[in-house]
Amino acid sequence: MDNPLTPRSNDKGLAAAAKANAPIENQEAGSFFKQLLGFWVTFVTQFKKPNTVQYPEGKVPTEERFHGRHQLNRYDDGLEKCIGCELCAWACPADAILVEGANNTEEERFSPGERYGKVYQINYLRCIFCGLCIEACPTRALTMTNEYELADSSRSKLIFEKEDLLAPLRAGMLQPPHPMQDGKTHTDYYLGNIKGGSNA
Amino acid sequence: MTPEQLTEVEMITVVIDGFEVTVPKGTLVIRAAEKLGIQIPRFCDHPLLSPAGACRQCLVDIEINGRAFPKPQASCTIPVENNMIVKTQLTSPVADKAQKGIMELLLINHPLDCPVCDKGGECPLQNQAMSNGRPESRYEGVKRTFDKPISISSQVLLDRERCVLCARCTRFSDEIAGDPFITLNERGALQQVGIYESDPFESYYSGNTVQICPVGALTGASYRFRARPFDLVSVDSACEHCASGCAMRTDIRRGKTLRRLAGEDASVNEEWNCDKGRWAFKYLSSRERVATPMIRGADGELHEASWPEAIAAAAAGLKGKRAGVLVGGRATLEDAYGYSKFARVALGTNDIDFRSRPHSAEETSFLASVAVNATTTYKDIDKADQVVLLGFEPEDESPIVFLRIFKQVKKRGLVVTSDAPFASRGSTKLKAKLITSISDVTGLTEKSVVIVGERLSETAGALSAAVELVNKSGAKLAWIPRRAGERGALEAGAIANLLPGGRPISETSARVDIQTAWSVPALPITPGRTTNEILEALNLVSDDVSALDAVVIGGLDPADISSQALSQLLNSFVVSLEISHSSVTAIADVVLPVAAVVEKSGTFLDWEGRSRAFDKGITDALTRSDVRILSMIADELGAPIELPTVSATRREIAAVGKWDGAKAEFTKITLTSKSPTGDKLNLSSWRQLLDLGSLQLGEANLAGTSRKAAAHISSSRAEKLGVTYGQEVRISSELGSIKLPVVISQMSDDTIWVPRNSQGSQVIASLGFVSGQVTVVKA
Ligand code: SF4
Ligand code: SF4
Ligand code: SF4
Ligand code: SF4
Ligand code: FES
Repeated sequence: MDNPLTPRSNDKGLAAAAKANAPIENQEAGSFFKQLLGFWVTFVTQFKKPNTVQYPEGKVPTEERFHGRHQLNRYDDGLEKCIGCELCAWACPADAILVEGANNTEEERFSPGERYGKVYQINYLRCIFCGLCIEACPTRALTMTNEYELADSSRSKLIFEKEDLLAPLRAGMLQPPHPMQDGKTHTDYYLGNIKGGSNA
Repeated sequence: MTPEQLTEVEMITVVIDGFEVTVPKGTLVIRAAEKLGIQIPRFCDHPLLSPAGACRQCLVDIEINGRAFPKPQASCTIPVENNMIVKTQLTSPVADKAQKGIMELLLINHPLDCPVCDKGGECPLQNQAMSNGRPESRYEGVKRTFDKPISISSQVLLDRERCVLCARCTRFSDEIAGDPFITLNERGALQQVGIYESDPFESYYSGNTVQICPVGALTGASYRFRARPFDLVSVDSACEHCASGCAMRTDIRRGKTLRRLAGEDASVNEEWNCDKGRWAFKYLSSRERVATPMIRGADGELHEASWPEAIAAAAAGLKGKRAGVLVGGRATLEDAYGYSKFARVALGTNDIDFRSRPHSAEETSFLASVAVNATTTYKDIDKADQVVLLGFEPEDESPIVFLRIFKQVKKRGLVVTSDAPFASRGSTKLKAKLITSISDVTGLTEKSVVIVGERLSETAGALSAAVELVNKSGAKLAWIPRRAGERGALEAGAIANLLPGGRPISETSARVDIQTAWSVPALPITPGRTTNEILEALNLVSDDVSALDAVVIGGLDPADISSQALSQLLNSFVVSLEISHSSVTAIADVVLPVAAVVEKSGTFLDWEGRSRAFDKGITDALTRSDVRILSMIADELGAPIELPTVSATRREIAAVGKWDGAKAEFTKITLTSKSPTGDKLNLSSWRQLLDLGSLQLGEANLAGTSRKAAAHISSSRAEKLGVTYGQEVRISSELGSIKLPVVISQMSDDTIWVPRNSQGSQVIASLGFVSGQVTVVKA
């Protein structure tokens, strides 16, 4: 087989590169104008719309699927989707997530089913925004928002707790703990059959 | 296996997947394959349980003498035979397909629970579904569902949807623990594990079912949803709860013990442990833990202090004083050795005792002459022709000893004789013959084992009678104390009449040994005193010649000794080395926090004297072992004991070695049986496994499975008192009384039995004694 490192004779690119890199010899007369020509791009750009964003006064929306800060989602009635399974923590290559599960009781219910995430922390000093945790989550509890403003003045402030990550309560949602909707089981929740707010 | 056994057993050679392997006759195919490193998937198979063939996951192709079985066979039920050719899933497509089929069947009704299941991440079903299952499910129907979870006991939860009906749990309960409270009910898709309606699952060994369940069907309430395997740091440890000596695994998450499992040690606990060892560990993280050294100030309150201040205060209080040492029954060998050396070198006294329970001078002599360096082991129980239990209730006081005896009773009808006053559940399971007097023991041979519990010392002369029995028959004697540290403390010389290694203090050459090892010019020779005598001496006015002024106390509860023990400490200088605040720290002058078991390394000696060494589990714990603290106090006293670390102590113990000379002569006393006077009854009691013990505090789930406190009396006594089953009686002494419901048992009319330290029945605190006479009336 050919040694892949030896240039093939028809490799025009290589030849062109060799030419471009050749030391400049015998500068012709008029080369000054050729150099001026090089300023053309700069000149024309003056009349184009500028790309600069005056951040933080001005902000441009990110792409829709930008990997930003995480969010812990809720069902329509405000119960948490997270079941504290730790699969996200398991998937995380940067060991950025810490979860401790706990038992839901009839008196104190945070999520449908038996288990909820009692402690939930993401360490944004470690997170590399790879999104593997999102893929691992079996309940779609964990998703990513487009929020990218994650800078702060101390390390501890960059460890986000559950209350920092939980989605805000929208209309009809009730802050857990509260019971599941009347007559519904955890299966209904998982299957997405929960519409409307809490009736607790 | 010993060479003689090897020659006895016929060996058989089989071919598995083209490899030959030679195994003893009777070996199951699945085990023979393991020997070759061939893993056949399995659920119900367990090496310590009888074969069940319940799950069918282990199917392989088998051919004997050229004739093949028409269908794949369960390799966990078929013993090897000559000319057998086995093809596992690795070489037989038929076996592979059969296994995949079984797996598919198992998964049809298995819920998609992995994310919420405690077994997730360490689940044989998950693993084997990956290794021996189909990649995709073909099932589109609706899965069978059950209500989940149901409580089998306050400690064990059952999720019937996840059960693969392997019958490991039921076989364990039936064969190993002898508590067949759970069974497989119903048939077909509805088959499920259930409890008998009338009998709750109150087994002392229920935790083992959680450990051996191959799926997440049985889970422990206290570990529920607490962690995933990848969060845990597992360390090998030893159990601190009793003298059985279980090997344990402790799982720690971020400096907190979350779970303890039975470790494997074929010669001790096999693969089992008891629920106390498994679940009683909240005391480690209790809010009552002593956090910093404390000194009692002029205002009479304890104040936090720095280590140097506290050590200086302890040394100042002990300097030049007549001081004693009470070690407590839970010290590790190294710590007990530290106390022993500290007493002799730094305090110049033999007033040291590890017994924090009722005891006697007879026992002191027994320990030094008979129990120390004794060599009876579990193996002797396995081979015994009779086991005699004296002052010892194995199921409550040393549960793994119970399992070993029970195993032999089941296997070959081992004869068990017990001096218990009534047939407890343990005795019933052992089919024990009950005797009322030690002289009733018959049929002892050299192969018999006489087990003596710590309670035998409560009857004057009983230990002497037991020794007599053993001397006459040549039977083996085992002393099985309840607490984990007692055997170690005995060997470390944490008792008045012994130096480390079981050296009698009265023996000059023994003293010279130790003097040389410790590089001290002399050792105290004044005879030391027992715990009771030390407590009495502390209570004497200080110009009495035999009075003591100060005491160093390890982890002990005065209420375990006697009802007045605590008040006897009030007038002395007390240095308390404790893990948690207790009645002793409440009156101590200096309190020094010490490390609990997972925070330190150390060694327990189980009842056999076998070493159960363990390493530090929580490596960044700041607490220190007792021996380190004693060493600092000794330095401050100007009489160093040179034991700066546990490992240095281990080295010194090894260097000192065991005493090879004669043991001291046992001072016998005669046994006198006392019948109760008037209408009084003899009180009898022992501690149940699960009770109000201080290491079980805060374990509500565990406490839920403890046996309800009840007083046992005979039927004619019940008639006389006019009570029937479940009605209450009041049992009283001069000091106080307790009220308990009665249970009618076959027992002597003169005796009443109550649990010693259970809810509503704290004998020492309420009645003031453990053996004596009480008045019983209908309440
Ligand atoms: S995005 Fe990646 S790095 Fe960040 S928490 Fe999720 S898995 Fe970990
Ligand atoms: S966020 Fe999702 S993956 Fe993480 S613990 Fe909660 S349910 Fe499990
Ligand atoms: S509960 Fe567990 S151990 Fe018991 S039969 Fe079911 S799967 Fe087996
Ligand atoms: S039997 Fe004894 S050593 Fe074993 S786990 Fe129970 S308390 Fe611990
Ligand atoms: S392991 Fe053989 S049938 Fe279950």
